[in-house]
Amino acid sequence: MYAQMIKSTGKGVKSLDEMDPQERAFQERIDAGGKIEPKDWMPEGYRKNLIRQIGQHAHSEIVGQLPEGNWITRAPTLERKAILLAKVQDEAGHGLYLYCAAETLGITRDEMFEALHEGRMKYSSIFNYPTLTWADMGAVGWLVDGAAIMNQVPLQRTSYGPYARAMVRICKEESFHQRQGFDIMMKMCNGTEAQKRMAQDAMNRFWYPSLMMFGPSDKDSVHSEQSMAWKIKMNTNDELRQKFVDQTVPQAEYLGLTIPDDTITWNEEKDGYDFAEPDWSEFFDVLKGNGPCNHDRLETRKQAWDEGAWVREGMLAHASKRRAAKLAAE
Amino acid sequence: MSSPSPSAYDENETPKAGPKRTGEWPLFEVFIRGQHGLSHRHVGSLHAPDAAMAIKNARDVYTRRNEGVSIWVVEAEAIHASAPGDKEALYDPANDKVYRHPTFFDVPDEVGHM
Repeated sequence: MYAQMIKSTGKGVKSLDEMDPQERAFQERIDAGGKIEPKDWMPEGYRKNLIRQIGQHAHSEIVGQLPEGNWITRAPTLERKAILLAKVQDEAGHGLYLYCAAETLGITRDEMFEALHEGRMKYSSIFNYPTLTWADMGAVGWLVDGAAIMNQVPLQRTSYGPYARAMVRICKEESFHQRQGFDIMMKMCNGTEAQKRMAQDAMNRFWYPSLMMFGPSDKDSVHSEQSMAWKIKMNTNDELRQKFVDQTVPQAEYLGLTIPDDTITWNEEKDGYDFAEPDWSEFFDVLKGNGPCNHDRLETRKQAWDEGAWVREGMLAHASKRRAAKLAAE
Repeated sequence: MSSPSPSAYDENETPKAGPKRTGEWPLFEVFIRGQHGLSHRHVGSLHAPDAAMAIKNARDVYTRRNEGVSIWVVEAEAIHASAPGDKEALYDPANDKVYRHPTFFDVPDEVGHM
């Protein structure tokens, strides 16, 4: 998802009997549907895991602005441009909500930026693919944001209060993102032959990367097991991927687009579609930094941070000068 | 939410969270009053160099969809909060005072609405 391959302590999930009283009380509170708040006691693993997960999610929102920002100046109409601008602005907001949620765990936003820029923290693999045509704006909104919503809706019930509250705000706004993408796709699929071809091409390129967003199957992963016990992960990757496919296939049919997977068939027994797995070696390669745009995205991000340094410093200097002048006047 | 006092994070992954480093904008907590006469409500936090910029940023980050008509910002450091450990001492005494709720008292049907 926006947070992929989050490693936890890797020791397996302790049973309540194996926990000391403090940890047991913590787990029982989570089991009962209670929320953990910033100043509450929490196991170190819970805190670290959440920093990784929320941080990666925040980075994904921020880096996720880049492939779309690329099209703001190239949008086909003024209305599309205004809509895309609003969407990209939302992504910035979502990143900020999430950084603030992570900050309640005892890390600062600047530290997270540094970790991102130095490659110690990741962002979602999906943003390492290029957005080559206007139809990609449709595919990103429809498929990428659609996949993100699958994961974000259940996270509104996550055990960590600040994270859950951030997700509530994000989910409220995210639906607009998916619909505007679908709207672009509808327009193109009802357009000229060339526009239809462009929409199909976007679909072809974004289908498997979208499936990869959920991460590889985690049914045997101790990391996932622990995260699910802590309710910082609410569903398995496979569950969410299945849900996404089941939702998306009829939408693609409506658009008249072909999903680039010949094996997709309705499976009455499981009440869902059978579909082909993406190429996981590609996924791991992209995570390692070898995707088509990894270098470009990170460099753009670093450049924005470095070139903004004088603004950040100047504004702090101005603020402290004004504070000093105000004190002198008192 | 206001931040807890920073504690160490795994050194291998990110630098230790220490006291606020120079050059970092302070954290402000944001409170918004909605349209319908409700009181200001905490909506989140943000970084800004000073209070004036914090209000401008809050407008961009927290009111993109008419969420409010008034913004308060306060430096997170200025917030004093009760400690989670004091929960029992603070709130348990209220549990055995059910007479503070109107439903404690039976009003005979004949009396009608009260």
